[in-house]
Amino acid sequence: MDKIKLIIWREFITRVRKPSFLIMTLLGPVLIAGGILLTMYIASTESTTHHVLVIDPEGVIGTRLKDTEDVKFLIDGQNWTDSAFKASPYTVRVNLLPNVLNVPQADLYYKTLPSEFAMSTIRNELEKAIELAKLRDANIDKEAYDRVRKPLDLKKFDIEEVNTQSFAQERALIGFFFGYFMFIFIFMYGVQVMRGVMEEKQNRIVEVLISSVKPFQLMMGKIIGIALVGLIQFVLWIIITTTMLGAGTAAIASNKFDAKQLAEQGVTADVQAQLEKAQGGQGASFDQEELLGPLRQLNIPLILGVFLFYFIGGYLMYSSLLAAIGSAVDSETDTQQFMFPVTIPMVAAIIIAQMAVYNPESPAVFWSSIIPLTSPIVMMVRVAMGSAPAWQLLLSMVLLVATFIGTTWLAGRIYRTGILMYGKKVSWKEMGKWLFYKG
Amino acid sequence: MIEAQGITKRFGDHTALEDVHMTVPEGQVFGLLGPNGAGKTTLIRIITRITGPDEGRVLMNGRPMTDADVAHMGYLPEERGLYKKMKVGEQALYLARLKGMSKAEATKRLKERFDRWDMGDWWNKKVEELSKGMAQKVQFITTVLHEPRLLILDEPFSGFDPINAELVRTEILNLRDQGVTVMLSTHSMPSVEELCDNIGLIDHAHVMLHGNVRDIRRRYAENIFRVEYTGNRVAMANALSFTGELIGSTEDGDHGTARIRLGKGCTVNDVLRQLLPAVQVRGVQEEIPRMHDIFIRVVSETTPEQVTAGMTE
Repeated sequence: MDKIKLIIWREFITRVRKPSFLIMTLLGPVLIAGGILLTMYIASTESTTHHVLVIDPEGVIGTRLKDTEDVKFLIDGQNWTDSAFKASPYTVRVNLLPNVLNVPQADLYYKTLPSEFAMSTIRNELEKAIELAKLRDANIDKEAYDRVRKPLDLKKFDIEEVNTQSFAQERALIGFFFGYFMFIFIFMYGVQVMRGVMEEKQNRIVEVLISSVKPFQLMMGKIIGIALVGLIQFVLWIIITTTMLGAGTAAIASNKFDAKQLAEQGVTADVQAQLEKAQGGQGASFDQEELLGPLRQLNIPLILGVFLFYFIGGYLMYSSLLAAIGSAVDSETDTQQFMFPVTIPMVAAIIIAQMAVYNPESPAVFWSSIIPLTSPIVMMVRVAMGSAPAWQLLLSMVLLVATFIGTTWLAGRIYRTGILMYGKKVSWKEMGKWLFYKG
Repeated sequence: MIEAQGITKRFGDHTALEDVHMTVPEGQVFGLLGPNGAGKTTLIRIITRITGPDEGRVLMNGRPMTDADVAHMGYLPEERGLYKKMKVGEQALYLARLKGMSKAEATKRLKERFDRWDMGDWWNKKVEELSKGMAQKVQFITTVLHEPRLLILDEPFSGFDPINAELVRTEILNLRDQGVTVMLSTHSMPSVEELCDNIGLIDHAHVMLHGNVRDIRRRYAENIFRVEYTGNRVAMANALSFTGELIGSTEDGDHGTARIRLGKGCTVNDVLRQLLPAVQVRGVQEEIPRMHDIFIRVVSETTPEQVTAGMTE
């Protein structure tokens, strides 16, 4: 047992010490958090204020459009020539086409392309104004119209838990995120196991090692050592990413929505609300329940527990198969034909997991959440969604454990023959024979 | 003492070893010989317990070998290497600890050994910075560091320059003198003659020759004697008459050397009795075949058909 600990230690420490580990550990969160923060930052800052000239020859739009901080409107009934527009301080010109009430179309000319955010403000304001004009034309009361147009708030309840609103879909998305993460980690570290095995074979150190330890110890030591590297990296990623996101969003928020600053600029609470509304998309009111509801409904300890279980189980299963492949081949190029059948179920799992988000009760989703090759990823979605009964979860877990015991046994038998086999093109048939060689 | 008893090993349809019996005496150097692919490495892997035999067993000092015995073995495989990215000292330490040595003990012995073999400043070098010969030295050290009772070396001299090969040769003899049993697999026949007390020769999965090197060489002797003489060659050849057949000779003025094969039922004394009146005999020596020649004879004379027909000893 001491020997396997030594092997685990070596596999762990040599990888953690590598500069690439440090780079990956830092780069991952920087890319994830950086990407999110950058989009948030770009969305929150508009470098230029757009002065929009709206050409409205038919006088469709009433007196004025609501200005925002970034977009100021001016309405003119006269047509402006291009050269006049170019010479003017206006940055954007919108020509409402004739008969805009029946054929809703307008042309937008710009000097500098407005951001997507500014563009949606312009579109929203114009749409609202045109809508009002149409209502006026048709003699419809604005309030009556608003009442008619109010969307149906369809709240979902699980009959077993009538007191709480169900956010199954939203939770499924979170589950999918976990599943996707698992996919990447299993694959990344499984391939590292394969590479490690091949390295030992190519270095010709493997026979020296197995004169001291059993091949199975060597294989398991490598698999466990690399799993520890993966877990450490995973934990570090989560810590660094959340810290960076927390600090980053706080910085951006204080930069943008500084209430005092807004007050100084004479922006009223009304406009602030308007601003938030615009950011939330097409007139969607900011509903705290909608955002926090799914999170509150997630059984976080269960999800994390299930994640850890399926991650370890799935990793053991796939990495032992990949270790067997690594032991059987002489070079990286020979791995292709063997990698293919191993990657297929993983990719299938991701596709089915995506399907599970929208159609959790389909038979394909059910079966693939039970069958061990795909169950880690698909079951993750079902558990997050709460659509997997306990017996199914248990069955899937037991099958996974049984399978990874089976695959490690199988891999161990291929491995101990494969690592000593040089210069031989190996086929599936050949590997099958190895299973029956005597110790 | 290591005894292989009736070892048979098959890989699918291929038979690597069949009913192999071999005895490696304690405290001696044993040469395991045979052409490539004969089954030597398979036999070594069975003795080192890397693989198990299909039939037969290996005894160590009269009792069946167990996994615990592996701790008292040092094995330098033919296919050997080191982790390229690891530091020399760290790696040697790792390999020593896998053999069951404590960290402190292994460090102490390694430092001492590195100093003795002029490798003091290698400790923090990466293996990829070492030359092939240097890496071989590190590998040899890690093989013997835990003071094994049984040392198995597969082609130990390949890759060494003459100076380091000599270092290893001396080390092998030193260890033998300390009572270590050494099993040496090599294609270098001069090394076999120089180092080995006993040999076993495997070909086509069978033991073809087994026993003491001197005995074997004598057994393959063909009753050829080398006689150095002064005098006339023709007189010498005529004097031989039926006691021996002249199969070769060289002359240098009056001095000559003749290779004579003894006639049927004759001894070297009979030959000398005939020669003494004719020429002046300056020296006589029996020609004992080299291991090299014996190896080639044995291996080229056996075909797989003969082996399966039961031509083994």
